[in-house]
Amino acid sequence: MTGLGAGPGGRPFLFGSNPSFADLVAGSAPDAPGSPPPVQSHGEQPAATYSHGTTVLALKYADGVIMAGDRRAVEGFTIADERIEKVFPADEHSAVAIAGAAGQATEIVRLFQTELEHYEKVEGERLSMEGKANRLAQMIRGNFPMALQGLVVVPLFGGFDERRAEGRLFRYDVTGGRWEEADYHSTGSGSLHARGTLKKGWRRGLERTAAVQLAVEALYDASQEDVATGGPNPLRGIYPSVKAMTAAGVEIVPEDEVRAAFQTIVGETHEGVVGGGSQAKEDPD
Amino acid sequence: MSFQPYVPPEQLMKDRSEYARKGISRGKSVVALEYADGLLFLAENPSSTLHKISEIYDRIAFAGVGKYSEFEDLRISGVRLADLRGYSYGREDVTAKTLANAYSQALSAIFTTQMKPYEVEILVGQVGERPEENELFHILFDGSVADEKGFVGMGGRSDELTGHLRDSYRAGESLEGAVRLAAKALSDTEDRPIDAPKLEAAVMDRTRGRRKFRRLDDSEVAEILSSSSVEGGKPPP
Repeated sequence: MTGLGAGPGGRPFLFGSNPSFADLVAGSAPDAPGSPPPVQSHGEQPAATYSHGTTVLALKYADGVIMAGDRRAVEGFTIADERIEKVFPADEHSAVAIAGAAGQATEIVRLFQTELEHYEKVEGERLSMEGKANRLAQMIRGNFPMALQGLVVVPLFGGFDERRAEGRLFRYDVTGGRWEEADYHSTGSGSLHARGTLKKGWRRGLERTAAVQLAVEALYDASQEDVATGGPNPLRGIYPSVKAMTAAGVEIVPEDEVRAAFQTIVGETHEGVVGGGSQAKEDPD
Repeated sequence: MSFQPYVPPEQLMKDRSEYARKGISRGKSVVALEYADGLLFLAENPSSTLHKISEIYDRIAFAGVGKYSEFEDLRISGVRLADLRGYSYGREDVTAKTLANAYSQALSAIFTTQMKPYEVEILVGQVGERPEENELFHILFDGSVADEKGFVGMGGRSDELTGHLRDSYRAGESLEGAVRLAAKALSDTEDRPIDAPKLEAAVMDRTRGRRKFRRLDDSEVAEILSSSSVEGGKPPP
């Protein structure tokens, strides 16, 4: 019998079956996205311009984890896309937010999604949250040769851990380093500014409305400081994409809710900067 | 050199078929049938973790009877094929027909070239957007495939089981009705009651999201079966 029960590259497994889809892809097609191409050069700047994802963040709140991302992709000084999606559901209870080279990142996400579903179907149960986080770390590590050529991918991974019944959050670095965060984190070019806002606003056990508002505010602040991060655009109806991960699963936070959060922030900002005191001074009386 | 006596091919195939049939007839049965919202799979299975019915892909489910290790091997190969296809092309390009062909080829090769044939019968079901687009492929141990409509019974006493199903099956049955009908066919065939904990049930429900597969747990099956006396023979609305 050929093919059936065979492992990557047609080699039979010594014992048991490998539930990894990434290994299967790497074994069945050497040029497949799961297997990074050999490094051709070191230390060179990327010659072409690549589409880059920018600010994404995640924070824990009362029911789980909120994950949000801006919608802008840039190629050099050009805005490549104003409606790109950077927060993807990985499975029913977790999501990945990506920053870095957009093409590379979305491919890693696609592979990761298939990996989780494949594992679930082969083994008959879902991977643990820890297992998922580790698997993503290995994939980021696999992308390291590409990162050396400028195609850096740095994700955030978060979700609701069904076994522990709590939200969990992981951050990564280029080499596949993986750290669990206790409260919030952000990544991408505008992440420093977003993190400042998160740091000021984050409290344990935030309610959903407050958490969504904090996420939108952090992204808004990042967009004010970082050119590669897109702010909300009410004129064209472009708002950050926000996802909530709770015991019920991954939920796309409706645009109305995000818009409302943004309007609250705008109202507060407007009052503080334009209204009140400063206008009174200009008054001729 | 070892001495190999001449065995006519007819005899060889007959022996193998007999061997496979015997193996399969020792196992418990599986029923698959179309109902209003998709496909229902029901199996007699005392284990709650070693499944006979599983998800292969978004719209495709798998059921196997016979030797567990062998149909499990086929199931995993099916998941691999489906995920690889879906990843390389697109999710809607993965079809039950592709899988049925692959299974047929594999089982046929095993039947003719291996020491012993697989003692399995498998079912690949795909739920369609509309009832008439449902597909049920029944694949036998020698690789022969049948494209079935409405219902399939396979395993231990499949002829009797199919007979019971033929008498009671009605198109467009509700989920509850279909579960009761399938459970009755299984227990009538075995001439003994089979209660919910001994049944494994799953549906491919077209009203669900991307992944149509859903297992019905014991309590859900028990609830459906216990209400059978109330609306037993009621036709579907």
